[in-house]
Amino acid sequence: MTTESILPLELRSVNFEVQGKRLIKDLSCTFERDLRTIVIGPNGAGKSLFLRLCHGLLQPASGQVIWQGGAQDVTRSQGMVFQRPVMLRRSVHANVDYALSVRGVPRKKRDRIIDEVLQRTGLSRFSHAPARLLSFGEQQRLALARAWALKPQILFLDEPTASLDPPATHLVEQIIEAIHAAGTRIVMTTHDLGQARRLADEVMFLHRGRLLEHTSAQRFFDEPQNDLARAFVRGELLWWHRKHPLHKPGSIEREVVTP
Amino acid sequence: MRPFLSMALCLSLSLLFLAGTARGEPAFITLASTTSTQNSGLFTDILPRFTRMTGIGVRVVAVGTGQAIRLARNGDADVLLVHHRPSEEQFVADNHGIERQDVMYNDFVIVGPAADPAGIQGMHDAAAALKKVAAASTVFVSRGDESGTHKKERGLWNIADIDPAAGSGAWYRQTGSGMGATLNAASAMDGYALADRGTWMSFKNKGALTVMVEGDPRLFNPYGVILVNPDTHPHIKADEGRRFIAWITSKAGQAAIAAFRIGDEPLFYPHTP
Amino acid sequence: MTEFSEAFAAAFSLLVSLDPDLAEIVTLSLSVSLVAVFSAIVIGMPLGAALAVFRFPGRRVVTVGLSSLMGLPPVVVGLIIYMLLSRSGPLGVLGLLFTPTAMIIAQVILVVPIIATLTRQVVEELWVEYEEQLRSLGATPWQALPTLLWDGRFSLVTAMLAGFGRAIAEVGAVMIVGGNIDHATRVMTTAIALEVSKGDLALALGLGIVLLLISIGVNVLAHLIKKPVQNRSPIRRGVP
Repeated sequence: MTTESILPLELRSVNFEVQGKRLIKDLSCTFERDLRTIVIGPNGAGKSLFLRLCHGLLQPASGQVIWQGGAQDVTRSQGMVFQRPVMLRRSVHANVDYALSVRGVPRKKRDRIIDEVLQRTGLSRFSHAPARLLSFGEQQRLALARAWALKPQILFLDEPTASLDPPATHLVEQIIEAIHAAGTRIVMTTHDLGQARRLADEVMFLHRGRLLEHTSAQRFFDEPQNDLARAFVRGELLWWHRKHPLHKPGSIEREVVTP
Repeated sequence: MRPFLSMALCLSLSLLFLAGTARGEPAFITLASTTSTQNSGLFTDILPRFTRMTGIGVRVVAVGTGQAIRLARNGDADVLLVHHRPSEEQFVADNHGIERQDVMYNDFVIVGPAADPAGIQGMHDAAAALKKVAAASTVFVSRGDESGTHKKERGLWNIADIDPAAGSGAWYRQTGSGMGATLNAASAMDGYALADRGTWMSFKNKGALTVMVEGDPRLFNPYGVILVNPDTHPHIKADEGRRFIAWITSKAGQAAIAAFRIGDEPLFYPHTP
Repeated sequence: MTEFSEAFAAAFSLLVSLDPDLAEIVTLSLSVSLVAVFSAIVIGMPLGAALAVFRFPGRRVVTVGLSSLMGLPPVVVGLIIYMLLSRSGPLGVLGLLFTPTAMIIAQVILVVPIIATLTRQVVEELWVEYEEQLRSLGATPWQALPTLLWDGRFSLVTAMLAGFGRAIAEVGAVMIVGGNIDHATRVMTTAIALEVSKGDLALALGLGIVLLLISIGVNVLAHLIKKPVQNRSPIRRGVP
């Protein structure tokens, strides 16, 4: 595995469209190492698309996604956890093993890594159970374990707790913290403001495909610069604004914080 | 991992199979013959004797005479045993086969429903009987498959100076299949049909069918045996084939044919008793 | 119809007496069809999966062509194989005509389109679910193929059974390329056809019953393998 850093990741004026409809609009941002970024915004803001563009699952219609030094083989050093992770129809152990074998990790090394990540995600006792028998919370932890086993430099998480109850959410958040503590950059979407407050070092606020705010968590929650963000933080329903935009075009302020 | 396992399993199975067929019996010949000889049970009865004596197995591919000749011409059989003299002679004349010999004979019969709507029962003139069938437009079921029986039937229509094709689909029904299937159809439709006596006697689904016309010399049904020309097809097992022909025309072979009976009646008569 | 009662009696006595000829025919039927289906799996499943996963020009043509071949008349296949394997044909030197191998080849050709098409369908659905996850894990399409086939294994059992059904019930092609030779290439279906042509409908139907029992046996076996694991298929609790 490569040890050289693929970060920072930079998006330059990225646009994405489906059948002529522009879903991500002129989005630029930079991810350095070490922080936890929470991407928030109402449904349809383009959060999931944004993560997929970063991760390389989607290609921008225009603009660039640039990794450190133009690194090409970037899938190796990044991971993604989906809102509904796909568990392969095999055991918990084999699910992690699969991810490692695909990356060409030698068989001898794999078992040690698998044991470690299963232990750290609290799944050791399910090691030989079929992954699809697990509860959804356990499956989500397995998805984290599977991603973690690959020791990614950056991990994208797409609403990983959207369908979990509070205890399961708590466990998942703990694991995310642990992955971060082990040196992985976290970029995670959520529409749960509480979760954003708990986890965020910095916040990106997306609305209708535009990045309206990208700032430190504290600043975002204390004094959002943007009217829409302010309304969102207050807990208002933003779909109302689609018909009655509060902002005039060009009034959007975007601030890029470099940590 | 698993795909490779199943692939290996499959390959080994196939190889096993190939090996099995390659070894096969120590020696065998392929005999292209007609359905009448097989369906009557003649081969099942007499061939084991030849195999016991010589150690040579006989694999019978039983199809219509036309198709049997086709197989032999392609070199897909070693010996041909069929029942249509003109085709056999043509086959030899075309250099596809050699050493043609007469083996046995029986006769054809015209069978029909016991009610006999065309009123032909007891006639001895096959062509005249067919004329009456055509005149009455009662159902006649034909093989329609270029078999020896079909060729014989067409010859009879010619003599009767009738073109049954005009009634095809109406009273003239061509099944395009074997003797058995044709008799099954005749039985189901209460129709008339031309059949070789061997198949007829051993046929188990006669229903209301009985023999209507027999004894016409034109219903004579001789069987001949031909070795496929080894000069045209070098892979032909000529030695084994010749031994088979020698046996079936020998005293022992001829006696075996004569001894094959259903009830008390012989189905085939040896050429040289 | 007395034939039906006679048929059951015939089937019963054939089974009870363990008729050695019947045993030979059944064994040959099963070996030919199982080898054919296994070979068709080895060819058809990767083919079907590749059609589901890879995007290439002409993919639709191949897909439509393959599913059309599911309706391939066995007699035509038999005829083509005959012409190829005949001593006068291009592959005549192999001497495969009128052997079980020729029958296997014919059945493979008949079964591959079925297995490939059903596999494509199963894998295509699976690929919709798996694509992002597998790509995210870094799997290339080539690595995805065996994964998808393995994860679709329980649905693919149905494809195998459909293929087996076509193979074991097929008569037209094996009749032509096998020749229905006693003790060599006679299988259940050609034996049935022979008994029909002898007019022995009861014995033919009896053999048909035996064939049906074999088919039921194979299907029951397959479902026994399939069942326990299928029960614990996706229990996706808590999915919104």
